[in-house]
Amino acid sequence: MNSSESKTLSFWEDDGRFSGIFSWIFTTDHKRIGLLYLYSVLSLFAVGVVIGLLMRLELIAPGSTIVGAQTYNAFFTVHGVVMIFLFVIPSIPASLGNLFLPMQLGAEDVAFPRINLLSWWLYIIGLILILISLFTGQGAPDTGWTFYVPFSEYTTTNVNVAVIGVFILGFSSILTGLNFITTIHRMRIPGMKWTKIPLFGWALYATGWIQVLATPILGITVLLIFIERTMGVGLFDPAKGGDPVLYQHLFWIYSHPAVYIMVVPAMGVVTEIIPVFARKHIFGYKAIALSSLGIAFAGSLVWAHHMFTSGMSDTAVMIFSFLTFIVAIPSAVKVFNWVATLYKGSIVLEPPLLYALAFIFLFSIGGLTGLVVGAAGTDIHVHDTYFVVGHFHYTIFGGTVFGMFGGLHYWFPKIYGKMYNKRVATTAWGILFIGFNVLYFPMLVLGIMGMPRRYFDYLPEYQLGHVVSTVGSWIVAVGLILMFYNLYRGIKNGEPAGKNPWNAATLEWTTLSPPPKLNFIEEPELTRGPYEYKGIEDDAQYQ
Amino acid sequence: MTHNINKDYIGAKIGMWLFLFTEILLFGGLFVLYSVYLHRYPDEFHLAGQELNVYFGTANTLVLLTSSFSMALSITALQKENKKLCMVLLIITMVLACVFLVNKYFEWGAKIHHGIYPDSPTLLERPKGEIIFFGLYYIMTGLHGLHVLIGALIIFVVLVLVAKNRVTSSDFVAVENTGLYWHLVDMIWIYLFPLFYLVV
Repeated sequence: MNSSESKTLSFWEDDGRFSGIFSWIFTTDHKRIGLLYLYSVLSLFAVGVVIGLLMRLELIAPGSTIVGAQTYNAFFTVHGVVMIFLFVIPSIPASLGNLFLPMQLGAEDVAFPRINLLSWWLYIIGLILILISLFTGQGAPDTGWTFYVPFSEYTTTNVNVAVIGVFILGFSSILTGLNFITTIHRMRIPGMKWTKIPLFGWALYATGWIQVLATPILGITVLLIFIERTMGVGLFDPAKGGDPVLYQHLFWIYSHPAVYIMVVPAMGVVTEIIPVFARKHIFGYKAIALSSLGIAFAGSLVWAHHMFTSGMSDTAVMIFSFLTFIVAIPSAVKVFNWVATLYKGSIVLEPPLLYALAFIFLFSIGGLTGLVVGAAGTDIHVHDTYFVVGHFHYTIFGGTVFGMFGGLHYWFPKIYGKMYNKRVATTAWGILFIGFNVLYFPMLVLGIMGMPRRYFDYLPEYQLGHVVSTVGSWIVAVGLILMFYNLYRGIKNGEPAGKNPWNAATLEWTTLSPPPKLNFIEEPELTRGPYEYKGIEDDAQYQ
Repeated sequence: MTHNINKDYIGAKIGMWLFLFTEILLFGGLFVLYSVYLHRYPDEFHLAGQELNVYFGTANTLVLLTSSFSMALSITALQKENKKLCMVLLIITMVLACVFLVNKYFEWGAKIHHGIYPDSPTLLERPKGEIIFFGLYYIMTGLHGLHVLIGALIIFVVLVLVAKNRVTSSDFVAVENTGLYWHLVDMIWIYLFPLFYLVV
C-alpha cells in the first residue's frame, strides 16, 4: 500500500494503534468516539422508548393493567433517568457534535482527544452503575428522575447507586463541554473568524458553557443525596433543621439549564439544515449565534419556575415568572430567522428538512405551552399535571429528538458514505409526526382537565385521553422502527453518496465520505462562508 | 499512530481554567446552603462555631499557604531549568499536603471522640442550627480534604513526570496546571476557614 492510498482510507478502515474492538474503545479519533456515543445513546433511547410504551400500556385503562403501582413508580423513574441523563443530554453534542464540530472547523480532532475518550468511558461507567441500580438491592429507584427529598432520603430502593451513576455522567458531560469550548477557541483553521463559524459550532459553544457552569451544581446535589442517605446529616431534613425546598433550588439550578443543553444543539442542527435545503444564506447569522448565548444565559436564571407551588415568596415567583418569559425572546429570534431563511428560498423537501420543519412546529407548541407553565397564575392550575408532561415531551422529544433525527438524516451520507432510501425516510417521518401528536396532544388536554402526572391509576373520565395517547405511542413506535430500519438498510446496501450530496457549503462536505482518519486529505482552505451556496454545484461533480 | 504533536499551551490552560470554574461551582452549591442556614440560625451557628479549635484551623491555613508558595516556586524553578530544585519543592508541597490531612484527622478525631458527628445521638439532642452547622462542617471540610488528597496525588504524578523528563523547562504546562489546581484548593480553604472558625 503506498502512502497516498493510506491517506484516503476512511476512518472506518484506518484502525491506528489497536485492532478489532480495541481500535474503537481505545480510539482518540473524534469520529469514532462520536459513533461510540451515537450507538450508545441510541441503544439507551430504545430502552427508554420500551419503558415508555409499557407505561402507556399500563395507563390504557384505570386500575392495574399490566404492572403494579411500585413497578409503575420504577418505570417512570427509570424512563426519566435513562432518557434525560443517558440519552438526551449527551445525544447531539456528544454524538453529532463530536463527529462534526472539528470537521466544520477544519481541524484534525478536538483539543483534548484523550479527555474525549475519557468522557465516553465515564459515560459507560455511569451507565453501568445505573443499570446495576435497577437490578440489585431492594429494587429500581422509585423517586422520579428528580430524586426529590425527603422521599429520596428514606426510600429503600437503590437510590445510592443511581445518584453516583448520575454524578459520573455529569463529569462526562462537563469534560465534553470543556473540550468543545477549547476546540472552538483554539482549533479553527486560519481565516475562520468567529463570524465564519458554522452555527452548529456556535450552538455547541453555548451548550459547552452551560455544561461547564451548570453541571457541577447537579454534581454536588446528587452527592448530597448520597451523603444524606448514608450518613443522615439532615441538610434537607426538617426534623434535623434542614429545608427540602433548598434541595429543589439546587436541583433545578442545574436541571433547568440542562433543558438548554438538550435543545440548543438541536437548534444548531436545524440551523445547518434549513439554509442548505432552502438554497439561501441563513437569515440573521449574528442574531442566531448570539441568541444561542442568550438562551444559555437567560436559561440559567429561570430555575425556580419549577417551584411556584413549593412555597416561595410572591416576589420571587413574579421575578422567576418574568425571567422565564425572557427566554422566549432568543428562542423566537431563532424561529423567525429560520422562517425568514425559508421565505422565497428554493426549497427542496428532502428528509432532513422535513425533520427540521417538524422541529419548528413541535418546538413552537412546546415553547408556547411553556409560557402557560412559566406564568405563575396558570402554572398553579397545571402544575404537576399531564399538561407539564405533554409540554416537555413537545420540547424535548419534538425538539431535541426530532432535531437529532434531522441531523442523522443530514449527516448520514457523510458518516457512512452511502444514502438511505429517501422515500421510506419520508414515510417514516410522516408516521412519526402523526404518531407524536396523537401521543402527546391528548396529554395537554388531560392536564387541563386535571389528570396529575406520575399517577398509576385515574378516574374513568380520563380514560378516553389515555386510550388515544396510548394508540399514539404505538404509531410512534412504528415510525421509529421504520426510520431506524431504513437507516440500517442504507448502511448495508445504500447507494454511494459522494462527497457532498446536499451541495452544502460547510467544510465537512469538502472531504471524502466517509472522511479519512485525519478528516481532510489536504489541508482544507476556507474559500467561502458556511452558508454561501453560489457556485457550489460545481463541487458536486467531483463525487 | 499519527498524532497531533504540536502541543497547544494556551489550549491546555483554557481547559484547566474551565475545569477550575466547575470546582468553584461544586463548592458554590455548598456555600449557598451555608449562607441560607447561617441566615436562618445565626445564634446556633455562633455557639457551634466557638466549639471549633481555632488553633488547628490557623495551623492548617499556614500549612496550605506555605504549600501554595512552594508550589509556585517549583514552577519557576522548572522554568529556570533547575529540575532538582523543582522536584524538592514539589516534594515539600506534597509533605505539607499530608501535614494538612494529618492535622485534619486529629481535629475531626477529637470532635468524633466527643460524639459530635453526623447523625450521632449526642448531636441530635442539640438545637437544629447546631446539627446543620456541624453537618456542613463535616461535608465542606471533608470535600475539601478529598481535594487536598487528590491534589497531593496529582503533584506526585507530576513529580514522576518531571523526574522522567516528560515535563521539562520547555514543556511545563502540566506543572503549571497542577499549580493552578493547588492554588484553587488553597483558595477554597481561605474561604472555609473564616466561615467556620472566625466569622461565626
